[in-house]
Amino acid sequence: MISEKKSLFAPFAAVKFLFRKPHTLRFPFEPKEPAPRYRGLHLNDWGTCTGCGNCADICPNQAITMVPIPEIEAEPGDTGERPQVDYGRCCFCGLCVDICPPGSLSLSRDFYHIDRTTDSFAYLAKDERSDPEAFLPAGEYSILKAGLGHRKEDNPGFGPDMAYSLVAFERTPMPALPPEQRKTGFAEIVQGFTEAEARREASRCLECSLCEAACPAGMDIQEYVLAIWRGDYEQALRVIYRTNPLPSVCGRVCTHKCEETCGLGKRGEPVAVRWLKRFAADQVAPEGYKRVLGTEHIEPADGTVAVVGAGPAGLSAAHFLAVKGHPVTVFEALPQPGGVLRYGIPEYRLPYAALDKDIDYIRSLGVEIRSGTCVGEDITLQDLHEQFDAVFIATGLHVGRSTKVEGTDHEHVVQALPLLRDITEGREVFVGEAVIVIGGGDVAMDCARSMARLQMKRFGRVHVTLTCLESEEIMPASRDEIDEAREEGITIIPARGPERIDIQDGRIIGLHTVACVSVFDEAGKFNPTFDREDTRFFEGDMVVEAIGQGMDTSYIPEDVANRLEYQGRRIRVNDGYQSSVPWLFVGGDMVQGPDAVTAIANGHAAADGITAYLKGARP
Amino acid sequence: MTEPDAPTATAAPRELEMYFGPQHVGMVGNFGIILTVEGDTVVRARANPGYLHRGFEKLMEYRTYIQNFPLVCRLNVMDPDPNEALYAMAVEDLAGLDVPPRAHYIRTVVLELSRVSSHLMWMWGYANLLGFETLGQWAMGDRDYVLDLFEALTGGRVYHTYIWPGGVRRDLPDGFADKAYRVLDHLQSMLPEYDNLFFNHRLFADRTQGLAVLGRDDALAMGVTGTNLRATGAAADTRKDEPYAAYGALDFDVPTMQDGDSYARAVVVRLEIEQSLSLVRQALEGMPGGPAWTKMPNPFKWEVPPGETYVKIESARGEAGFYMVSDGSDKPYRVHFRSPSYPVGILVLERLLQGASLSDVGHIMLSLNIAAPEIDR
Repeated sequence: MISEKKSLFAPFAAVKFLFRKPHTLRFPFEPKEPAPRYRGLHLNDWGTCTGCGNCADICPNQAITMVPIPEIEAEPGDTGERPQVDYGRCCFCGLCVDICPPGSLSLSRDFYHIDRTTDSFAYLAKDERSDPEAFLPAGEYSILKAGLGHRKEDNPGFGPDMAYSLVAFERTPMPALPPEQRKTGFAEIVQGFTEAEARREASRCLECSLCEAACPAGMDIQEYVLAIWRGDYEQALRVIYRTNPLPSVCGRVCTHKCEETCGLGKRGEPVAVRWLKRFAADQVAPEGYKRVLGTEHIEPADGTVAVVGAGPAGLSAAHFLAVKGHPVTVFEALPQPGGVLRYGIPEYRLPYAALDKDIDYIRSLGVEIRSGTCVGEDITLQDLHEQFDAVFIATGLHVGRSTKVEGTDHEHVVQALPLLRDITEGREVFVGEAVIVIGGGDVAMDCARSMARLQMKRFGRVHVTLTCLESEEIMPASRDEIDEAREEGITIIPARGPERIDIQDGRIIGLHTVACVSVFDEAGKFNPTFDREDTRFFEGDMVVEAIGQGMDTSYIPEDVANRLEYQGRRIRVNDGYQSSVPWLFVGGDMVQGPDAVTAIANGHAAADGITAYLKGARP
Repeated sequence: MTEPDAPTATAAPRELEMYFGPQHVGMVGNFGIILTVEGDTVVRARANPGYLHRGFEKLMEYRTYIQNFPLVCRLNVMDPDPNEALYAMAVEDLAGLDVPPRAHYIRTVVLELSRVSSHLMWMWGYANLLGFETLGQWAMGDRDYVLDLFEALTGGRVYHTYIWPGGVRRDLPDGFADKAYRVLDHLQSMLPEYDNLFFNHRLFADRTQGLAVLGRDDALAMGVTGTNLRATGAAADTRKDEPYAAYGALDFDVPTMQDGDSYARAVVVRLEIEQSLSLVRQALEGMPGGPAWTKMPNPFKWEVPPGETYVKIESARGEAGFYMVSDGSDKPYRVHFRSPSYPVGILVLERLLQGASLSDVGHIMLSLNIAAPEIDR
């Protein structure tokens, strides 16, 4: 209601405002602190930042530039770059915080920056740990000097919150056989993604390419994951085959260093790159490979190549040489190609059909694989040198090492690789009622889990004990293998050193062990130390030694062998995997590794080296 | 101002063309009016909102769906949240994202606080132009308490970048409701003071009653919505007519006035503040539990299915709408923003100023609650 005539004293009503708390100027001075969620100047923990650049990609104002930092060395999982924010462009929306996979980036409650020049707007975001000098305790901080180099300590604002992050931290579950079912046989455990599952999983990838720096084969991972997300599986296969001719294999048993460096793994679960590769390879039928990969017509090239050993390195080299048009012949001592992929890795991890799919495609490129032909017995290396322009040897590590403790000469003490080979070939093997496996790597896991399956078949129960020098944290076996082995009823007792095998009346009754205090010495060399007081006895009637393998080079004739140079136990090669004998190239576990994807990588590099050599060697 | 003895070609010899804004004490915001006056009387007025040169709608076609989220609030600095809500609603509609009930309530709190803060800012400008500077100071000071709430909730005082597709960006911080109740109590206690000082004041009434009258039929014909339409007696409010967020579950009135003059428009705004304070309180009291966000897809791999949609809400100035078309890619194909200030700031203003006194131009413009950035987008 409009008030008409007011009292003469109405203005005195204003007196009450004298006693109210004023909005702004207050005496004594009350400093006003920004809210806990305030979005002010950036903070970045350089220790957890991976330099992935997702903040720069999402920034709507292109205010963030990734800058190489000299003090930070680029390595797999860290690009060595850190975000620099241009405060002339930043709108303080904080999307960079919500996309940051490791959660290193946040905003502070600082908002003052006073400087004479706009050049100082470019700010390499840091926090207390990364730049202790710029962040001052409340007592030393002065608003008169406030700026990007003079900040308040312990003043966090808008920070990362996993529940509201733009990153999908949870992996799409992979259908797998339950432990009770899988231990009864050698059926493949991992069932593979459906199309919907694969695309959902591929959709989690942020395309930062951290993984690519970690992949030994240098695969274009984000590119094929993107193709899978788009549903273009043929394109995914094309991208994969640029660097890896064994995708069905790698899609199952790769050591997946990519996943270990995946930015999503810092706070959540990494993208299942390995399973996605498997999915892509499974989507294209074998008949379609040549059409998809454009290898229906290959222009022939001069120069023939012999490959010794049809393991991953040999097959990889043969593939890349064949697509360049070189006639390639692969010599394999065992009845079928594949090397450790077939004779080492058990069927429940890598079914033979998957391996055969990859090998059959390589064969279809014109590669001749002479299985059951042992170089050194059926044909000499010298013969190969005379018949071919270049020779690539990749015979791997397949001579088992022994612990050489008392009792290892018993017939029921077996070596890992011969045991696994016998199982692959379907030969009758001795199955102990209680098996002890010595070793903490993936091969030891393969032995333990294979023996568990054979025990299930024969006795209907599992009694396998696995023991190794390494403590659980540093066991070389992959985490999945350890967990799955346990689920299958295998007892794993790490940090024990074998002392002697107890034999009574010609039968093994168990293994005496002592505690292993440390495996490596201060220099990082293998030099285990034991606590001999702390003893423990494991019952068992069979021992499997799976403590690593050495290489057999007896097929290399003496005059060639004398000209080879070594680097430790391995043969020294140049960048093209050429040995000091020009026509002889060496790859696989003999020079690097041991793992399949590294072998594939150096098979590829060797193929390039051989091509260069053949071009240079021929007039 | 052009020289009096050098009239422009558009003006008759007795007329004078002059710029009212963008640099003018009576002008708020990046807006201008080109006035043709004869003596003190406005003969013609031409609205000139084109000082921002922003190209929002085009810009949005070049940004991914997530990158548009921090952009849209800038469509209107005084009332940013309805734009965030519209964008989120449009994307949710096209992408098929569900919004949890809690997010709807939080959105309601934010939208109503935004309306209050916008109305208080309007009150500051309007009262100042009518010579009631004290009310201007009060309104601006009280608005700061609302901004404190925004700061606590979203981390930003003016641009909140808070309502995003799938819900809101963070849940309520601890103790937010109590803090909000204190601010609501304070604002509620200030309303009688505002009335005493301004809305019930004879001087205010005398200057504004019967001034710049906009009839209901004209308003409807020109697409006027919001407080300007409600001041003509039409109880049209999107919150009631097509409820969104949590409005369907809340109890509130739509205040109207009949006369359609400057006075009626101002009083409607004042009455609306009271309704908004009640709505914020109701939403906080009825706040359901559960999550406040349904995770949106990976922003780098987010392709919204092809389609088109129009969503609308009641912003502080009336019906604001987003028309969005997706071609199935990761960026909108086309976005059109229907702003309530557009018809008011151009069509209505030019009409109402015809014949007005030069001294009334400023507050007539302000009575219409025009936001120039909504027009020039």
